[in-house]
Amino acid sequence: MSGTGINWFKYSSPQALYPLAGRMIPWFAALALGLIGVGLYVGFFVAPTDVTQGDAYRIIFVHVPAAWMSMFLYVIMAIWAGLGLGLNARPSFMMAQAIAPTGAMFTFLALFTGSMWGKPTWGAWWVWDARLTSELILLFQYIGIILLRSSIDDLRRADRASAVLALVGVINVPIIYFSVRWWNTLHQGASVSITAAPTMAGTMVTAMLVMMFGFWMYSIAVTLARMRCVIVERERHPSWGKQASMPDAVEAR
Amino acid sequence: MQWGSLAEFFAMGGYGLYVWPSFGVTALCMGGEVFAVWRRHAAAAGSRDES
Repeated sequence: MSGTGINWFKYSSPQALYPLAGRMIPWFAALALGLIGVGLYVGFFVAPTDVTQGDAYRIIFVHVPAAWMSMFLYVIMAIWAGLGLGLNARPSFMMAQAIAPTGAMFTFLALFTGSMWGKPTWGAWWVWDARLTSELILLFQYIGIILLRSSIDDLRRADRASAVLALVGVINVPIIYFSVRWWNTLHQGASVSITAAPTMAGTMVTAMLVMMFGFWMYSIAVTLARMRCVIVERERHPSWGKQASMPDAVEAR
Repeated sequence: MQWGSLAEFFAMGGYGLYVWPSFGVTALCMGGEVFAVWRRHAAAAGSRDES
């Protein structure tokens, strides 16, 4: 630890985060492309047709990763929001701000692909079922957090208000996750569990997990890229004019 | 591999109408998000001669 010569504290300022994020993005983007490419190949050309669901089940390769990311990103966003409130740290609020749109997008995709899967297997695009309804609420939560932030001009107040909203809403994540167990629902249970043997063929699970890691890497890359936008935008924001600007930071990459 | 022909692959055992929109919309959303962030960064950093 002492021999590395890396001062980790210097990375906690937006000035240092900007070039650091810029250096990390290509690696995560490359990993995302590679993993999603492999995942699609295994999902469409190696994984067999499902006995009961036919080829409709292949929607799982985007549905489950999108749904998982929608919940995971919410928790990560809430953690950054909480850190921001607790430590009064600007970069934490900025991370929370950068994550929200990607989380909202994956929530929409989970609902859309779920609808595409529901029609052929359940005979309905939508049912007011515990899993689907709680996931729809998650989409409204993301939209609410984004709108609340954009409706407050004072950045400090916008940061704190959206952080509080994000933290309060985190209660919905376990509700979504356990909804298939707590309520009698049309939605099938977890496809992969640590405690039980997988209910799917090995190559199906492989494709799904590879896609999941691909979406994960994608989320990191796109969130870091949005973080860089936020850093530059905040530097220009009128209410930050009195604070030390960061011209050196943005140029130093 | 289970696909005898390209047509069979696109038909997805009769579920093509559901499978391809799922993957297509996902690709559009993710590609669109990358494009939007790229544009946003170009707009934000535009006036400061920064790549």
